[in-house]
Amino acid sequence: MAAPTIDALGQFSLTTGLGPIGRAVNFTNSNEAMLAAAVIIVALFAFGLKARALVPGRVQALVEVLYEFVHNMCVDTIGEEGKRFFPLVFTIFSFILLGNLIGLFPYFFAFTSHIAVTLALALFVFLFSTAVGFYVHGFGFLKFFVPAGVPVWLLPLLVPIEIISYLSRPVSLSVRLFANMTAGHVMWEVFAGFMLILTAGFGVFGAVASIIPLGLNVALAALELLVALLQAYVFAILTCLYLHDAVHMH
Amino acid sequence: MRQLSIALLLALAPSAAFADGEMPQMDFSNPLTLDQVFWMAVIVVVLYLLLSRWGLPQMGKVLENRAAVIARDLAAARAAKQEADRAVALLTATLASARANAQAEVAKAVADAKAEATAKAATLNAALDAKLAEAEVRINAARNAAMAAIKPVAAEAAGSMLVKLTGSAPAHDELIRRVDDALAMRKAA
Repeated sequence: MAAPTIDALGQFSLTTGLGPIGRAVNFTNSNEAMLAAAVIIVALFAFGLKARALVPGRVQALVEVLYEFVHNMCVDTIGEEGKRFFPLVFTIFSFILLGNLIGLFPYFFAFTSHIAVTLALALFVFLFSTAVGFYVHGFGFLKFFVPAGVPVWLLPLLVPIEIISYLSRPVSLSVRLFANMTAGHVMWEVFAGFMLILTAGFGVFGAVASIIPLGLNVALAALELLVALLQAYVFAILTCLYLHDAVHMH
Repeated sequence: MRQLSIALLLALAPSAAFADGEMPQMDFSNPLTLDQVFWMAVIVVVLYLLLSRWGLPQMGKVLENRAAVIARDLAAARAAKQEADRAVALLTATLASARANAQAEVAKAVADAKAEATAKAATLNAALDAKLAEAEVRINAARNAAMAAIKPVAAEAAGSMLVKLTGSAPAHDELIRRVDDALAMRKAA
């Protein structure tokens, strides 16, 4: 029997899902997780809207809490105009949140650990907020790159910095989510693989000693749950912030 | 800016380490890496349409409905409180007016009784005064009668005494006059 090795990155490798149909259209295992996330969100709404009770049940209360949380985030961050972007922010937030949470379960693919996925989402947010900025202010939106109240001779330095800072938004937005999710899952895999190596190398003693990485993984599970919630929130609040900049220019 | 540079470093460091294709996320030669983005776009657009056209407006309606019901109930409670306050005010006013009426009634009754008593006392006094006056008149008449009666007796007694003392009868008119004088002097004294 070959000695176990740690394959920390294998969990991120893409295959095709949904059987032969998926193979025909390159529907990947990460898309399966996305589909699951979307189905769960829609199912939550379907069950939450069943009773439409004055005093909500559990599922309805959950959906209401999500609704009001994102709604308040939009209105507080963007202002009254935030209501128009609320469905978009809610879709992004719930999609990333469910993606992060699904990824925490064994055998489920964490699609937010793929830079292509997070970068696509971040680029969409970036392009959309920029489009909103030009839609609301016309070419006056370019004044966004000229900081107010600085000496004129500093502008040749500051304007490029502002532009670079603006252009790097999708990078930081996507890398933050991707790196957090990847790091957590790699650490999980490393500690779990370490348990196998200990047991294979030191027999019963190794099996007993592997309780340490197991404990670490348990602690890591709590941390990863926090990270999953937090990163979805961070992505959504930054989306709101960028939209605020586009609408209000400061 | 510093955060950004750190983020960039963090992003580039692992990608440099895994650039040899070990990291599936960086393996852009695999068509699945970009194809998943296409399918994600499809899934997210469908999710967005479902949420923005159906889920979120419906849930918003539920929340609005609740807010409306709560507002309505609060308004009803407020109206009921106002009604109660009005009823209490009415009750207080009614009690006050009833008390005032009763007090006026009592005062009137007391005044009536007093007036009646005064009137009765007055009539009684008048009757008593009349009786008193009548009695005085009678007493005066009796006194006058007695005075009138005493004159001949006194004259006769004086006449008899004079006869016994002097042995001669005085003139009747003279005697009467003297007796009258004596009586008048006594009366004056």
